[in-house]
Amino acid sequence: MSVIDSRLDTRSDVFRANAERTRGVVDDLRDKVRAVKDGGGERARERHLARGKLLPRDRVRTLLDPGAPFLEFSQLAAHGMYGGEVPSAGVITGIGRIAGRECVVVCNDATVKGGTYFPLTVKKHLRAQDIARENNLPCVYLVDSGGANLPNQDEVFPDRDHFGRIFFNQARMSSERIPQIAVVMGSCTAGGAYVPAMADESIIVKGQGTIFLGGPPLVKAATGEVVSAEDLGGAEVHSRTSGVTDHMAQNDHHALSLARGIVGNLNRPKRPNVELRDPAPPRYDPEEIYGLMPPDLRQPIEIREVIARIVDDSRLDEFKPLYGPSLVTGFAHIHGYPIGIVANNGILFSESALKGAHFIELCAQRGIPLLFLQNITGFMVGRKYESGGIAKDGAKLVTAVATAEVPKFTVIVGGSFGAGNYGMCGRAYGPRMLYTWPTARISVMGGEQAANVLAQVRRDNIEARGESWPADEEEAFKAPIREQYETQGHPYYATARLWDDGIVDPADTRTVLALSLSAALNRPVAETRFGVFRM
Amino acid sequence: MIRTLLIANRGEIACRVARTARAMGIRTVAVFSEADAGAPHVRACDEAWPIGPAAAAESYLKADVILDVARRAGADAVHPGYGFLSENAGFARACEAAGIVFVGPPASAIDAMGSKAGAKALMEKAGVPLVPGYHGDDQAPERLAEAARSIGFPVLLKASAGGGGKGMRVVRAEAELTAAIDSAKREGKASFGDDRLIVEKYLERPRHVEVQVFADRHGNTVHLFERDCSAQRRHQKILEEAPAPELDPATREAMGRAAVAAAEAVGYVGAGTVEFILDASGSFHFMEMNTRLQVEHPVTELITGLDLVALQLRVAAGEPLPFGQEDLRIGGHAVEVRLYAEDPARDFFPQTGPLTRLRLPEGEGVRVDSGVEEGGAVTVHYDPMIAKLIAHGRDRREALARLAAALGRTEVVGVTTNAGFLKRLVEHPEVVAGPIDTGFVGREIAALAPAGESAPESVLAVAGLAEMLALDAAAKAAAARGGDPHSPWARADGWRLNDTAHHDLVFHDGDRTVTVRMTHEAGAWTALVGEARLRLRGVLDGDGGLDLTVDGRRQAATVVADGDRRVVFLAGRSWPLALEDPFAAGEAEEGAEGRLTAPMPAKVIRVAAAVGDRVARGAVLLVLEAMKMEHSVAAPADGTVARLAVGEGDLVEEGAELVVLDAAEPEANAG
Repeated sequence: MSVIDSRLDTRSDVFRANAERTRGVVDDLRDKVRAVKDGGGERARERHLARGKLLPRDRVRTLLDPGAPFLEFSQLAAHGMYGGEVPSAGVITGIGRIAGRECVVVCNDATVKGGTYFPLTVKKHLRAQDIARENNLPCVYLVDSGGANLPNQDEVFPDRDHFGRIFFNQARMSSERIPQIAVVMGSCTAGGAYVPAMADESIIVKGQGTIFLGGPPLVKAATGEVVSAEDLGGAEVHSRTSGVTDHMAQNDHHALSLARGIVGNLNRPKRPNVELRDPAPPRYDPEEIYGLMPPDLRQPIEIREVIARIVDDSRLDEFKPLYGPSLVTGFAHIHGYPIGIVANNGILFSESALKGAHFIELCAQRGIPLLFLQNITGFMVGRKYESGGIAKDGAKLVTAVATAEVPKFTVIVGGSFGAGNYGMCGRAYGPRMLYTWPTARISVMGGEQAANVLAQVRRDNIEARGESWPADEEEAFKAPIREQYETQGHPYYATARLWDDGIVDPADTRTVLALSLSAALNRPVAETRFGVFRM
Repeated sequence: MIRTLLIANRGEIACRVARTARAMGIRTVAVFSEADAGAPHVRACDEAWPIGPAAAAESYLKADVILDVARRAGADAVHPGYGFLSENAGFARACEAAGIVFVGPPASAIDAMGSKAGAKALMEKAGVPLVPGYHGDDQAPERLAEAARSIGFPVLLKASAGGGGKGMRVVRAEAELTAAIDSAKREGKASFGDDRLIVEKYLERPRHVEVQVFADRHGNTVHLFERDCSAQRRHQKILEEAPAPELDPATREAMGRAAVAAAEAVGYVGAGTVEFILDASGSFHFMEMNTRLQVEHPVTELITGLDLVALQLRVAAGEPLPFGQEDLRIGGHAVEVRLYAEDPARDFFPQTGPLTRLRLPEGEGVRVDSGVEEGGAVTVHYDPMIAKLIAHGRDRREALARLAAALGRTEVVGVTTNAGFLKRLVEHPEVVAGPIDTGFVGREIAALAPAGESAPESVLAVAGLAEMLALDAAAKAAAARGGDPHSPWARADGWRLNDTAHHDLVFHDGDRTVTVRMTHEAGAWTALVGEARLRLRGVLDGDGGLDLTVDGRRQAATVVADGDRRVVFLAGRSWPLALEDPFAAGEAEEGAEGRLTAPMPAKVIRVAAAVGDRVARGAVLLVLEAMKMEHSVAAPADGTVARLAVGEGDLVEEGAELVVLDAAEPEANAG
């Protein structure tokens, strides 16, 4: 194996300036995450606690094995949306270790708008279920939600990937032997009633949990019957009479203890079908990645320096190092798990696309998971390249990426622009998890580039009419385009809309990938059947 | 020549005797009660015989049973140890009658010293000094005053019928005498209806100093110097040392001579101890003679280099003492403490329980005599002594220092011990300065057994670190058993994305509840305990041992987990804590519902409880019959029967109330 020989001068001014700037970006990320962890704010938290309920993050912590890690998804979901009033989209999702096995946890945050489902709440819940299904992970739902957010009903209720999909997923996963466990720790109204009802096993907290299709106000309006929430759908009713729930818990702690017991009895041994090695830390400090990040994404990032700070012992066995060098491909290990790495080290040419497609075929054939490190402005353009068939070669890469059945993981470390995003396993290509660094930018093309393209088109029109376009007017035309691209290309904008599974501190990338890879191996690596490669 | 020795005892002394006997090539026979079947003394001997139930009165005190075992096992001698049958003249005689050597003095000597009054009379005759006193019938105040004058001030006036300090007066000068006699008589009359008084020499700051004597059957009697056992608590020795500190050679010689005279006066054979009170003026007075090997004999062994058990066995076999008085020298200084299962903070209340962990530090200059082991238990049946720690040094200071260090390394988990108390005792400046009097421990009890001391932040931090490391190790061990042995999920530091890894632990320290937040960054832990922040690193060794760095300072600690209990041994002290189980409350509440209803239509065929009954969880309250099947209704939790809604023969509908239970209140602390 070849150890990557880092050429990074950690004492240089450039390194220090980069490190300091990146640290500022990471600090901002951590500040934002800290803020959303308070949920719906002090008053809502106090009200929640006054009812004798555990706060949602404490519920998750108590559910997990003591001290177990929690790989949380989309912490900044709905960031800057809905008037900034729905932190984390009102639901906590992630993978954690319960009774020794990895599980997906979906926990409503009732301190945020009563735990009601906004459009992004639905999207985040469904994404967590996707992760559970793709990676064969049991689901534990900690339910405390008023159901669909009524003012937003048109965006949460009727469509394919709306509220109903939650129960569809539960049924489908149950049919695939992926356990579905619900713990009713608060309201569970209307459609929400199906979460425990559709679960394989369900728990309800006495005096807290209620389950009904129609709550007391609706019942009164519909039939005139006056009934309390507890008598209508409390723990006693459902545990003794209706059988909607299987276990009655005395309090939150008891409920979570019962849930842990259920998971402990699932009988799901994990048997990764990859060759495992003893893990070894990288030879270089992952935090040195901070000093690698340039102030401007137009400056290159030597991706081997990044790889050296992610993989075991900083070892990478490169494939075709001399061919198509703008794409680095090679075999490595992360925390003892084998991984094939496909990483941008410049713009994509035909050769690099062909090399990438070849390497993905190797990994698929050998059952080795894939990691894509994106820093890509796109495929090379121009007559020479078009006539050379770069679209055809790019298509080969996209075909390989799209059809490879091995677990795929993507980290957007720098730019993610245009078709490069597709060839490098962007969101549309179904990576098991996709993470973004806070320094990244994601858009169809760079802001400057887009402004130039649009200005060029407009100038052509103006000049075709025989008029002229003064430079200051052109600048006034371009500035808002650049600004729009900067805003929409920012990772906070992307993560708010769930275009990724979360923003990751670059220094934590190795840990996050190791946890993701390990979780993904709960589903045995499958055989691949590639599509037709255009030759 | 003794070929087979039956050891009629248990615990450390049985092990002690067996060790020497085996070294001498003597076959050893142990006896054991039902409670001691797996005890170390059983394994310390070549063979072992059961002698009855746990209670000593039905086993170790059963002279006839033990003698029968001796006969059947072919023992030609019996060593009684201390306690039990060791000072039972009847047993000594029975041995003699059976032709078995009793390793101890003749029965006559036991008898002679067994009666306090008789012994004093004998000693007076032999010229052994007694505490001067007047016990006469003439109770005229003038006669009492005269007695006081002839004894010499200070004197102690005591009510003859007295006790508990009533009617007791210390008189230091003639001027106080008449008034004191009057008031003591009045108080005696009022308290006991009897105004008779005893006048005794009042001993200022008395010390308990005893002399070890040894006699053979050939008329040789020597003394092996003295032991100072002044550190006492309610007449129970806590610390013993040899030689007695600051004893001038003339007094030492005089005491030795007096002790030999005492032994000779009763025709003593073997090992014995003559106990004296030594007062501040240097005069000493006979108290009593113990006709057996003493608990504290090891300090004498360490300063003389002799094996007293070996000497006992040789003398018992008829050999003469292999040395004379002039051959004996004091070598260095030795101090012993008795490690007990008792709670000094609760008036030394004896403790029982499992010895989940027992680490007793033997080593250079430190001897440990113990009869229990890790995994064993301290039971209600026998003395709760766990071990004797005996340190030997060139001088007293070295011996005390070694003993303090040894106590600092002593680790006992499962029962509360006096280890901390003993360590404070041997480190007390007055003890270090020495000598102390018999009132010292009582006067200093607040300093020696402080109540309600809170664990410092460092201890809670170390407990937190040990917990996190143990959780991590457990997660890794579980992963290693499965198909993903190096899983990155198998860590326990509370890792969170874009946040500092942390985990909160709640400890109970006495009445105090403390939350310790453990955070983990870059391989180092930080414990947040109240306002304090401690930086920690550590490696757990799998046996509770922790190689530790606290704020840069390298230390060793041990943290032992025993259920929810955590005992931290740090810097020579131990701290018992309890780790809160977040799930305990919920589980306890489960089933605590008081109202029991009929699960089906049925007939009540038996009612097994009455209103007001206290019932334990699982107790059958009543029995129903339905569909020709019996169905027991049991208490879902401990509680009291508050209401019985049905009687035998009643027919009940499904869901009908049967019994209402009040949940058990946590038991109030007795006394």
